Amino acid sequence: MADTKTADQSVHPSEAEGVAREPLVLNNRSMGWVTNRICGIVENRQPFVWWVLFVPAAMLFLCLVFTLVYLVSTGVGVWGNNQPVAWGWAIVNFVFWIGIGHAGTLISAILFLTRQRWRTSVNRAAEAMTLIAVMCAGIYPGFHVGRFWMVWFLAPVPNANAIWQNFKSPLLWDVFAVSTYFLISVIFWYIGLIPDLATLRDRATKKIPKMLYGVFALGWRGGNRHWRHYEMAYLLLAALSTPLVLSVHSVVSFDFATSVVPGWHTTIFPPYFVAGAIFGGFAMVLTLMLPVRKLYGLEDLITAKHIDNMAKIILLTGTIVGYAYIMELFISYYGANKFEADAFHLRILSGPYTWAYYCMFFCNVIAPQVFWFHKARHNLWVVFVVVNIVNIGMWFERFVIIPTTLARDFLPGQWGYYEPSWVEKLMFAGTFGMFLMLFLLFVRFLPVIAISEVKGVIPESDPHYPDWKRLREKRRQSNAS
Amino acid sequence: MSESTDKASSLFGYVAEFSNSTDLYHAAEKVREAGFRRWDVHTPYPVHGMDHAMGLGKSWLSAVVLCGGVAGFLTALFLQLFTQVSLYPTVVQNKPTNLFTVPAFFPVTFELTILFSGFTILFTLLVFIMLPRWNHPLFNSSLFSKCTDDGFIMVIEARDPKFKKEKTREFLNEIGAGNVEEVSY
Repeated sequence: MADTKTADQSVHPSEAEGVAREPLVLNNRSMGWVTNRICGIVENRQPFVWWVLFVPAAMLFLCLVFTLVYLVSTGVGVWGNNQPVAWGWAIVNFVFWIGIGHAGTLISAILFLTRQRWRTSVNRAAEAMTLIAVMCAGIYPGFHVGRFWMVWFLAPVPNANAIWQNFKSPLLWDVFAVSTYFLISVIFWYIGLIPDLATLRDRATKKIPKMLYGVFALGWRGGNRHWRHYEMAYLLLAALSTPLVLSVHSVVSFDFATSVVPGWHTTIFPPYFVAGAIFGGFAMVLTLMLPVRKLYGLEDLITAKHIDNMAKIILLTGTIVGYAYIMELFISYYGANKFEADAFHLRILSGPYTWAYYCMFFCNVIAPQVFWFHKARHNLWVVFVVVNIVNIGMWFERFVIIPTTLARDFLPGQWGYYEPSWVEKLMFAGTFGMFLMLFLLFVRFLPVIAISEVKGVIPESDPHYPDWKRLREKRRQSNAS
Repeated sequence: MSESTDKASSLFGYVAEFSNSTDLYHAAEKVREAGFRRWDVHTPYPVHGMDHAMGLGKSWLSAVVLCGGVAGFLTALFLQLFTQVSLYPTVVQNKPTNLFTVPAFFPVTFELTILFSGFTILFTLLVFIMLPRWNHPLFNSSLFSKCTDDGFIMVIEARDPKFKKEKTREFLNEIGAGNVEEVSY
């Protein structure tokens, strides 16, 4: 074959002088090493820290269950929201959690289509994070409808009085967008998992794990006649998820933007929400992955380069969000709409929640600017602190948008002040417990890194790699030393 | 599989191990040139260019998915137009519900198009690769399970018309296989 001949003579891109890219897997790790290291997390005993995190998380989750039971048995009056602020923490937290999910799909879909091969080390965990975050998000509107047992009214079937849903309502669009997002993310995640479940199946020594992994691996055999359909399926899912992820937070923003409330009724909302979601989502990915990487010794797979890339994305999207904040203010001045101008005047100068606005502005726009510096992106403590500031800031962004706007209605007689009740606070803490608990269970039972995909980015995985023998030699030397 | 020719009826085929993806790639080219039909390579990850080496074409999964997407699109339009225009027109803030309301139906149409396509991908994939199938003769092979770790495996099935018990084993050794194992049903 002609192509093999040229490949033998030319220099492989991963080896070329001067233009060589940083390898995605450090220390010339072999495929066997990758399998052992990632499957080892599932097969070995969990470190003590896992339990230290899991037990409080599970307890917080029980608090969530308690608050939900209390809410249903008593009524939504146990929450602090009322007229004029009818959308309190429930909707703030819903938008917050939905936004978190976006990074997972961005990594798995958009970075796949743009051939960013570094995504392979983080996509599995980020997708798991997406699913868990969407579950957390779904709780809020579900219970916010007031009578949870009536939640089936959201489904496109006529209700007890033969009334159909209003398909022109952005709230119904939201139901479709979020449920589609969840289901597609599950499919994407599961299809990605199949080959790795087969790896765990083939390594399992005990009967029950072998059976369970075997059942979910569907009898995967890794044949190339399977891989070619599998790759096409993965590509198509990536191509579908890319517009989907951009649509979900756009639709969430329509809940606000299609209303006639000053401060919400703006066309900048969809792109601004999407950028914010990716921004907040990447912050959460790093919040989870930095400890996981340290705890399980995955430094060769999730390298400084990965963290550097994600910090750059946070910097970019954070700056877009900052642009949106400033543009909102500018348009409220330039648009010469009295109500709009007033809404923003109250938001940043004289309203009851101005402190939240400045908190948000600092966390989301000022803090990530340290990522301009190479040193900051490579200092894990700096990265960890900044991404947590961003997590807080993104929650405040939703808080600023919702209660700040509603607390000052058109007539001063309708003005009010919203404060969350203890039930809302405990419930929010409870969803964090649920989030952490489910993520820890994911780490415990499923491969946290996509094993088959990482193997595909090792240089020797390329059949035209000319120098695999030399690579083996290098590896033998480094193992001996 | 009741067709019993000269081969032992209980023989499923040969499992051959290669030391790396390059060897497997070139071996696949030779097996294709030799005219085998019922064979496959099993690898821990999709090997780049292997479809070409094996002489496999494009996967037509995409065509089925297009149909799924169109079905989702039409379902959504029907669901919304039928319920909103004829079955139960909801008039909110005196806004009309007719054919010109279609822009308001766009988000749900978009989401259902994606949703139907997604499910079509999942189920078509399973049909195309004929999974789930939890038992398979290959799982009897001790060599075979390496293909989910770091093994590069080639399987030639006894059902193949070109398969000859001794000759095929020699052929596999000739094209660079390390271990060759017989697998039976």
